[in-house]
Parts: sequence; C-alpha cells; structure tokens
Amino acid sequence: MARYFTDEHEWIDVEGDLATVGITDYAQEQLGDIVFVELPDVGTVIDKGKDAAVVESVKAASDVYAPISGEIMETNDALEDDPALVNTSPEENGWFFKMTIGDKSQFEGLMDAAAYKSFCDGL
Amino acid sequence: MRYLPLTDTDRSAMLDVIGAADIDSLFVDVPEEARLSGPIEGLPMHASEMAVEKHMRRLSKKNLAAADAAFFLGAGAYKHHVPASVDHIIQRGEFLTAYTPYQPEIAQGTLQMLFEFQTQVARLYGCAVANASMYDGSTACWEAVAMASRVARGKKRKVVLSGALHPHYAEVVKTMAKFTEDEIASAPPSLTPAPDDDGLIARIDEDTSCVVVQYPDILGRLPDLARIADAAHEKGALLIAVNTEPVALGAIKSPGELGADIVVGEGQSIGVGLNFGGPYLGLFAVRDEKHVRMMPGRLCGETVDAEGKRGFVLTLSTREQHIRREKATSNICTNSGLCALAFSVHMTLLGEKGLRALATENHRLACLAADRLAKVPGVKLLNEAFFNEFTVLLDGDARQIVRDLTKQNVLAGVSLGRLFPGNEGLSNGLLVAVTETTTEEDIETLASALEEVLA
Repeated sequence: MARYFTDEHEWIDVEGDLATVGITDYAQEQLGDIVFVELPDVGTVIDKGKDAAVVESVKAASDVYAPISGEIMETNDALEDDPALVNTSPEENGWFFKMTIGDKSQFEGLMDAAAYKSFCDGL
Repeated sequence: MRYLPLTDTDRSAMLDVIGAADIDSLFVDVPEEARLSGPIEGLPMHASEMAVEKHMRRLSKKNLAAADAAFFLGAGAYKHHVPASVDHIIQRGEFLTAYTPYQPEIAQGTLQMLFEFQTQVARLYGCAVANASMYDGSTACWEAVAMASRVARGKKRKVVLSGALHPHYAEVVKTMAKFTEDEIASAPPSLTPAPDDDGLIARIDEDTSCVVVQYPDILGRLPDLARIADAAHEKGALLIAVNTEPVALGAIKSPGELGADIVVGEGQSIGVGLNFGGPYLGLFAVRDEKHVRMMPGRLCGETVDAEGKRGFVLTLSTREQHIRREKATSNICTNSGLCALAFSVHMTLLGEKGLRALATENHRLACLAADRLAKVPGVKLLNEAFFNEFTVLLDGDARQIVRDLTKQNVLAGVSLGRLFPGNEGLSNGLLVAVTETTTEEDIETLASALEEVLA
C-alpha cells in the first residue's frame, strides 16, 4: 500500500484499484474541534480538484477537494455520529471516502510522507 | 449614540487635514451627470415639526382605520388584540441591543430571548427545531422551498404549489425561483367547500422536491395534511406546510404532528399588530432534527460556559453567509428581532391555556358570523370547515361590494378578485376574517350592510 499527500493537506492510500482519502494530522490541528463532516454521495463522479467534502469546525468550514479524478465507492459513515474521529484519528479511523483510481499517472506530482513533512515545516 | 452636529469650523479643519478644498471635491470620482444638484424632484422642502404633524394628521384622516370600522379583513394579516403589557415589556432597557447583538459574551439576554422564541415556535408547529425568525411568512415560504431543493441535493427540480396557497406567497416563490433551477408548478384555486387534496396529490411525481400546502388554506379550508404528507413521502418529496394564522394552532393539530417536514408561516397575529402591513415576522421550523444543517437563518442554542453555567450562543453558523457566502443556506443572515421578541412576550403572557382560550373565542365568533351571513339573501357560505376565516359567495362582484360597504365604515373582507386579479371565476368570492376583537355588533353591522347592498 502506498500513501501520498497533497498540498491541500489530504492523504491518499492506494490499494489495488481503490484510493482511500482523508485529511492529515496537520490539517485537523489547524481546523480545531471538528463538529461536522459532509460527505459526497456514493456513485458521484468527481474530477480532480473539485469539492468532494466539507469539514466544519465551530466557526469555520473548509472544503476537501478530490485529490484525483474518479468515482466515489464508499464513505465513512462513522463520521456522521462521531465527526471528532477526524481529530482523534485523522490518518486512520477518520478517513472520508474511497474512490476509484482510473489513471495511475494521477499520482505523479503528489508528495510522499517525507516530502509532505518538509512541506509542512516550511509553512 | 449621541448626535453631535458639526460646525463649519469642524468641517474646514477636517478638510484641511485630508487636503480637500470642499465637500464636493470628495465626490470627484462620481461623474457630474450622476450627481444630484439642487432639490429632489417631487420631494417637498423641509418644514417644521408642527407643520409636518399637522400635514400627517390631515393625511391620516383620509384613512378608514381598522379600529374605526366593522373590520373583517384577514388573508394573511389579522387584527388581534395585543395587550399593552407586550408593548411595555419589549421597550424595557434590557432588550435594547447593539446592531448585531449576538456576541455571547455580552448578549445573553437577546440570545436567551431568541432561544425561548425558538422553543415556542417549535412547540406551536409540532417541530424539533425552529430558527430565530425570518422577514415574514412569504419569505419563509421561499426559504422552505430552497431548503427542500438542498435536501434533494438539487436532483429534484419540481416544486408543487397548492392552488389554495396565498397568491402573494406563490408570487414570492416564483420571483425567487427565477434565480434558481427550480421549476414552480402552481395551480389556480377552485371554489369548492373542501380543498382538492386528490388533485394536489395527483400532481406530485418522482421529480418533486416539495409540495407547498397552506393550512388553513387561503379560503379558510382545512386540507388533510396527513394524507398529503404520506403521498409526498411516497414520492420522496418533502411536505412544506404554510400557516398564516398562528392562533389557529391553538385549536387545530400542528402541521408537524400531521407529518409536514418543514413548517413556515407568518407570526404577526401574536404580539405584532397590523403595522400598515409590516414589519412582520416569518416563522420557520423543521420536524426532524436531521434537517437542521439545511435550515436557513440564525439558530440559537443552549450550552454551558467554562464554569459549567448555562448560557446561549448562535450555533451551526457555518450555514450562514458570513462564513461561506457561496455555500450559505440563505443570503438572509438576519432575523426580525423586535417582532420575534413581541411574539415571544405575548405568547408567554398567553401560555398554553391562554392560546387555547384565544383560539376558541376566535372560532366561536367566526361561527356566529358564518351562521349570520348565511342567512343573508344572496350570500352563500362556501366552507365545510374553517377556523376564524371563511369564504362566502355573493350575488354580485365582491370587489365592488367591498368598496360600496367602506362608505358605511364596514371593511367587509378581502375579495378574491383583489387577491387573484384576472381570475374572473372568483369574482363573487369574499374572504371574511373574524378575531377576538370582532363584536357581535360588528357581525350584525356587516350582515345588515350586505342585506342592504344585495337587496
């Protein structure tokens, strides 16, 4: 399994033809207490860079963009009752959605863990 | 804020500092032809306070005031008694606020008032959550339609309006829908003793996001909301119930109890007064808490502070346009604060028993009026059921008859010809509203005036 990162602070795990997407520990730290996550409908086809989900903290809302183009296959229902999972386990239990990958070349230009760490250090 | 007038010396000192020769030079960016020079056409020059008062008194004498007539006008605005105590309480200093009185650290009084108001509206409507109010009933009606569209995630585009929805509400919905992709399916009203629920249900299809039904409807009749709710839900549509007379809900089942998903309406009857047609008070509530994030407007919530003490805050604010304008649930991010306060104070003074008693009295007097008018030759009662407003059919053009009766200080009601201009089939219909302020003498006055004019 390979893990990639975007400069929008999303992580993508690639397993076979499926990518799991969430937001990074750095992102949840910046947002503060997360009170709501709006997830896309299963079956939605989304282009890379388009709004896929929304995370809300008490006084702010941020869009989460699709890191690659594909179709939403599954969403994390646990976030509906417990959005704080994004704070407590951002890069594991707090995942957002799983999507098809299609063209593998989409991962070119994304960061690995080390590159993402130095990207955050420079912010 | 104190009003501190400026002297010419003050002005020139300020102009000196900013390096401008005179006030006009501050407007050089505005093209000459767009600037106003000289007085405004048609606007009289200033006059003294006493002269203006005299002029206004002269003008007001031309009005036939509600309190000076046998008064039967309703159709969405009702003449109820507002106790003097309401006016006194809402003017207390504790309720005077800054422009945006929502910072929880300093506006606990206002926030608690809104919280209580929301509780009252939610209970009145049989709903889980109400917002802190909207501009008026018609705006709230559009907001409900827009919300239903959001709930359907924009995948259903048809909005089915009942033919017996207040025509002004229908117009507001149509106007606002010009800017969205919603397709508004309206229908003409039909003069039948009971609303055409079957016809309405037949218009609901898979592409319908919501059905909008007034309860009691514009002719004073009572649609079978529970049946319409079931039919709407079967097609995956929401039922929006519209109420223009909140006092009715002291006597009839709440729309939420009957399965309406969104309940909206006008709150003017409680505490607000006719006010020459505004400002009024829009009420908005949802039956199921799961829809709360789709709601428009301000929402006040109860919480605890760092010391565990009860306190109030505006909550779920990310729905509002000051957070994410492009994704806001509404571009209205205010509420009718003073009217909401008046509603809440009046409702508190009434209490549950008081509201029921008020509703009972309204209905009793309306029954007296309907029975008496039905005895007048040339008058036929349309409704098989009503609360405090009903429709009569006259042997003649109701619009003209209403005009004729004003000469005798009788405001007989709202003619359907006026409400539905261009709909000739309704021209003999008259909508008659009765409240606790109507006396038996008023009813007799109306009946004899009609006897005379129809003879």
